[in-house]
Amino acid sequence: MIKRSFIGLTKPLLKYDALDVKTPAPLVIQPSKKVTLFLDKAFNFKDTILFKIGDSVKTGQKLSYSEDSDVYVISTVTGTISSITPFNADYGKTYTAITIDVSENEDIDDQFSTLAKEPTIDTLKDCLAFIPGNLPAGLFPSTDASPSIETIVISGVDRDLFVTTNQNTLRTDGEAIKQGVKILKKITGIDNIIIITPDYLMQDAGITGAEVRVINTEYPASLPHLIMRDVLGQVVPAGKNCEDMGVSFISAEAVASIGKAFSEGQIPLYKHFNLIKKDGISTLISARIGTPIHDILNAFDVTLNEKDRLIIGGPMTGLAVYSDDYPVQPDTDAIMVQDRENIPLVSDYPCINCGECIRICPANIPINLLVRFLEAGQYEEAADQYDLYSCIECGLCSFVCVAKMPVFHYIKLAKYELGRITTAEATNA
Amino acid sequence: MNSAGSLQRRQRMLNQKRLIVSHAPFWHNGSSITVRSYHTMLAAMPAVLFGIFTYGMPALGVMSLSVSFAIIWEFLINKITKRPVSVGDGNAALIGLLFGMLLPATSPWWLVITGTFVAMLIGKHIYGGIGGNPFNPVLIGLAILMVAWKDYFDFNQALVNYDLGFAMVYPLAAAKHLGTSGIDAFSTIDLLLGQQSGAIGTTFGLGLILGGIYLIIRGFIRWEISVSFLVGVGVTALLFNMSDPSRYVSPVFHLLTGYTLIGAFFLATEDSSSPVNFIPMLIYGAGAGVMTVLIRNIGSYVDGVVFAILLMNLINPLCDKIRPKALGKVV
Repeated sequence: MIKRSFIGLTKPLLKYDALDVKTPAPLVIQPSKKVTLFLDKAFNFKDTILFKIGDSVKTGQKLSYSEDSDVYVISTVTGTISSITPFNADYGKTYTAITIDVSENEDIDDQFSTLAKEPTIDTLKDCLAFIPGNLPAGLFPSTDASPSIETIVISGVDRDLFVTTNQNTLRTDGEAIKQGVKILKKITGIDNIIIITPDYLMQDAGITGAEVRVINTEYPASLPHLIMRDVLGQVVPAGKNCEDMGVSFISAEAVASIGKAFSEGQIPLYKHFNLIKKDGISTLISARIGTPIHDILNAFDVTLNEKDRLIIGGPMTGLAVYSDDYPVQPDTDAIMVQDRENIPLVSDYPCINCGECIRICPANIPINLLVRFLEAGQYEEAADQYDLYSCIECGLCSFVCVAKMPVFHYIKLAKYELGRITTAEATNA
Repeated sequence: MNSAGSLQRRQRMLNQKRLIVSHAPFWHNGSSITVRSYHTMLAAMPAVLFGIFTYGMPALGVMSLSVSFAIIWEFLINKITKRPVSVGDGNAALIGLLFGMLLPATSPWWLVITGTFVAMLIGKHIYGGIGGNPFNPVLIGLAILMVAWKDYFDFNQALVNYDLGFAMVYPLAAAKHLGTSGIDAFSTIDLLLGQQSGAIGTTFGLGLILGGIYLIIRGFIRWEISVSFLVGVGVTALLFNMSDPSRYVSPVFHLLTGYTLIGAFFLATEDSSSPVNFIPMLIYGAGAGVMTVLIRNIGSYVDGVVFAILLMNLINPLCDKIRPKALGKVV
């Protein structure tokens, strides 16, 4: 954990982790006996679901939820479906969890290989939403009213500290990214494709055929809103997102996956991510999407004890989960384990107005005032007068808070609650 | 059709280790209110020890009483208001320490106890405790005592029985009543090294400056406030001095006497009652500096730091509205 420096006058310097030439290739985890896939739709018993328990599935097979919905997952193993259950994730998000018992012989589904010969936007949409690196939904405008995408930004940088997934893809999979860029240009008709890279990977980014832009390596420079401001010179208005400005962000890993999928005629199954162990050592790992985390921890002899913390994602913006059954997902960039001794706890102290958050906030939010309103549950005032929606969710305010307030948590809660109010008002109107 | 699966899952959950689940970020830089309070007290130590060394046992008595009673009042108020005991964060001790530093060594015991009570209750706790106070609690306590029992704050009278080998006249009183001719006895070096009479923790200029620099480097106080306060005092005093050098003393004298230095580094910088944005901090600091000299030179009080800072505390919320535009703010 990075501590406050003795000279507290200077801002803390949180550098993104850089790959060096000696970084070994990702360690491959063998497929598990059981994998779980999350289908992005709330599970309902009444729905006629297109698959059932006992169905055998092939590797690469598409499992669609129902006839009238285009949500699907791609099976990353060959085996039999052993359970289908609802899964409640954070912020009221619900998934359908499909567990597959893996059989010994692997059978590859050939539906995609025929489609792959002639890349089209529909193939991308219908077969590759579950690729490693995650395909952003914003890439395909769902209705005519949604803003059209004019620029695609490929992140060759990683969003959180300790994570090196995208940088590694950029360094080792340049050819695949090049393919991916070519295909994206062709099928989307978007010519303006930019790749963001740290300066030491400029040459690797150069061969991809996308326009190269370099950003600095100090957290949180690689968050989309800051890339928009610093690289594209466009400030995203508060409350809007990058898609509204016609810019879609996609990870380098996803672009490489697209490239590989079409050139090899097979949907990629292995997700790269960092395992950050209790001692803070980060290792690059490659595992099939759906692999439960306990299998990964076992493979690396990481023991999880009572009151430890398991985090999907990096130390600043990750998501703590309550079970090591949680699977690797297409957007899992890191798995972090924290020992109970090293968990900094929050307190119920009020803001003491020390100004540390003000000095570090990249979005110039008056956090000292904002947090007082959020504590009192006055979310509307917070949004109207104290720039709640300017927050780009980097977590630095909580990181430096002298009173150890969960500032970032308050902000997310406020946004969630306001979102619920808006939805309820829209439905009742 | 799914009951078997969910049962299995539930059973597994029951057997599972319970993990800590909380919101990001999962790191903290390790700073805390306790560390902040204790290091502020540490920074005040040179001046406090010098004061105790100079004024002897009475000074030690006042300091001890002040710190201990600030803690006791905080504890009692916590208990009475049924809030968690917050003595451990060191803020009460810090308030007590700073309060003691501002008193003459001969202050009677009841003055100290009353003052700390006012500081803790009216200064801090009626606003909801730490972080909620619009005024500096130390100065609230002191201001009320200064108005109620002003004789005890006449340093010439209070320290009349001391002979420490330097001019025992209170420098600011001499400057106020006699003008530049009254301060011949004080050289800048003497003032820096504490060869002046005054409150326990305010006479050792060098110690306060070193403490202040320590706090600035460690990031425990906001340098903008201290610097602009000192500049405010210096520039205003210079203007007065230029207009009438015989009546108004030099800026250096103003900077090194009375509560100026402790005000700049320990009082004006109190977190809750001072602004946090850059321009407001400059306005606040400079405003307090200007007011200090105005009160000293044309007001009725000998020293103006206490009321100057309290006055600027008052405009702090308004001042802090001047802030940089948030990212993506549409107006």
